[in-house]
Amino acid sequence: MTVLASLLLADSRLPTGGHAHSGGVEAAVERGLLRDEADLALFLAGRLLGTGPVVAAVAAVGCLLAAGAAPVDWARWDTAVSARTPSAAAREASRAQGAALLRTGRRVWPSTALEALSRTGRPHHPLVLGAVVAAAGDGAGAAALLALHHLLGGACAAAVRLLGLDPIAVAAVQAYASRSAEQVALGAARLAREAVAQQETRLLPSTGTPLPEVLAELHARTEVALFAS
Amino acid sequence: MPIPAAGRRCRALRIGVGGPVGSGKTALVAALCRTLRDELSLVVVTNDIYTTEDADFLRTNGVLPDERITAVRTGCCPHTAIRDDITANLDAVEELIARHDPDLVLVESGGDNLTATFSYGLIDAQIFVLDVAGGDKVPRKGGPGVTRSDLLVINKVDLAPLVGADLDVMRRDAAAVRGDLPTVLISLRDQPDAEPVVSWLRGQLRRATPR
Repeated sequence: MTVLASLLLADSRLPTGGHAHSGGVEAAVERGLLRDEADLALFLAGRLLGTGPVVAAVAAVGCLLAAGAAPVDWARWDTAVSARTPSAAAREASRAQGAALLRTGRRVWPSTALEALSRTGRPHHPLVLGAVVAAAGDGAGAAALLALHHLLGGACAAAVRLLGLDPIAVAAVQAYASRSAEQVALGAARLAREAVAQQETRLLPSTGTPLPEVLAELHARTEVALFAS
Repeated sequence: MPIPAAGRRCRALRIGVGGPVGSGKTALVAALCRTLRDELSLVVVTNDIYTTEDADFLRTNGVLPDERITAVRTGCCPHTAIRDDITANLDAVEELIARHDPDLVLVESGGDNLTATFSYGLIDAQIFVLDVAGGDKVPRKGGPGVTRSDLLVINKVDLAPLVGADLDVMRRDAAAVRGDLPTVLISLRDQPDAEPVVSWLRGQLRRATPR
C-alpha cells in the first residue's frame, strides 16, 4: 500500500499547488538562459547539485521526525531550511507550497504529526513533504526521492508550458536527470539520518548556489509573470 | 544528454490554430480549407471541448471530405491536449498523414484562454486568433498566445464600431508586445478567402522543405 501512496504523492494530479510554480524556470527563460531541451538538461543538473541535496535531506528529516516517537521541535528544523534559502522570495515560494501540501496531506492521510506540524505556522515544503510521506506510511528514502522528483518535474512542466518544448523529449530529459537524482537522494537521506540521530541541524547539507536565489528575487519583482515562482 | 528526436517521417507542414472561445478559429480553418483545398492536400484535427461541433461544422459546410477531418476529445482541458500531453493529437495527426499524405495539417485547439499555446512537438508554427469583440485591451494584456504565436490574427474588425474597439490601439499594442512577429487584422465575414492569413501560410509552406 505504501508504494501506491507514494506514487499518489509523486503524481502532479494530486492537488498540492505545484502547478503554479516553475522552480526558477520562468526567470531563466525570461533572460534567455534556458531556451531548449538541452538547456533544460543542464538546468536540472545544476538544480540537483545545488538545492537538490538540501530539499532531499530536509524531506528525509521531516519523514524521520514525523515517524519518530519523540515530540518534535518543528520550528528549529524549519529555521534550518530558511537558513539554507537566502532569497526571501524562494522562502515564500517554499512556504506557500508547504501550506498547500499540508492542507491536502492532512485530509488524505490524517495524523497527529501533521497536526503538530501545522501548528508551527507555514512550514517549508520539503519538511511538509517528509511528514506527509511518513503519514502515508513510507520512509525517509522515499521522501528524499520525492523531493527531487518534484524539483525536476516542476521545472520540466514549466519549461513545456513556457517554451512549447516537445513534452515527450522533456520526459526523456527528466528521466535522464532522475538517474543522478537517485544518488543525490541516497546521500541526502544518509545525512538526514545522522542529523536526526544527533538532533543537529548543522549536519544538513547547505549546497545552494547564488544564481537561483538571485533569479527568485528578480522574478518576485517582475510585473508580468505567469508562475508564482 | 542526447535529446530524442520526434521521429517525423513526413514533410507535411503542421499549423496550430488557437485562441479564446468564439474568436473565429473554426471559421479561419474553414476559410483556409476553402481557399487552399484545390492546390494543396489538406487534413484537419479539431479539439472540441465537449462536443464534435467544430468537426461537424467543417463537415456540414463541405469544406473538406469527411475522412480528412478528425475530432480529438480533450478531457475538459483543451490546453493540456495541445501542450502538456500531445499524444492524442499526435496520434490523430499521424493517422491522417498515413492515410492522405497531405501538404498541410491544421490542428485547431479547443477554445481556451490567452495562455494556451501549442507545443512545438505537435506543430511547426502556430496562429493565435483573437476577436475585436473580446475588447481592444486584449493585445496589451499579452499572455503567451498573444506574445509568442507565430501569427496573431485579430478577427471581426467589422464589429469594431459596434463594440467601441479602437483598431489602432490593438494594432499598436500587438506590435509592442510581439516584437518582429506578424499580426493581421481581418474580418472573416467580409474576407472569406482569409487572404492575409493565406499569404502568411504560403510563406511558411515555402520555408518548409519542398517536396
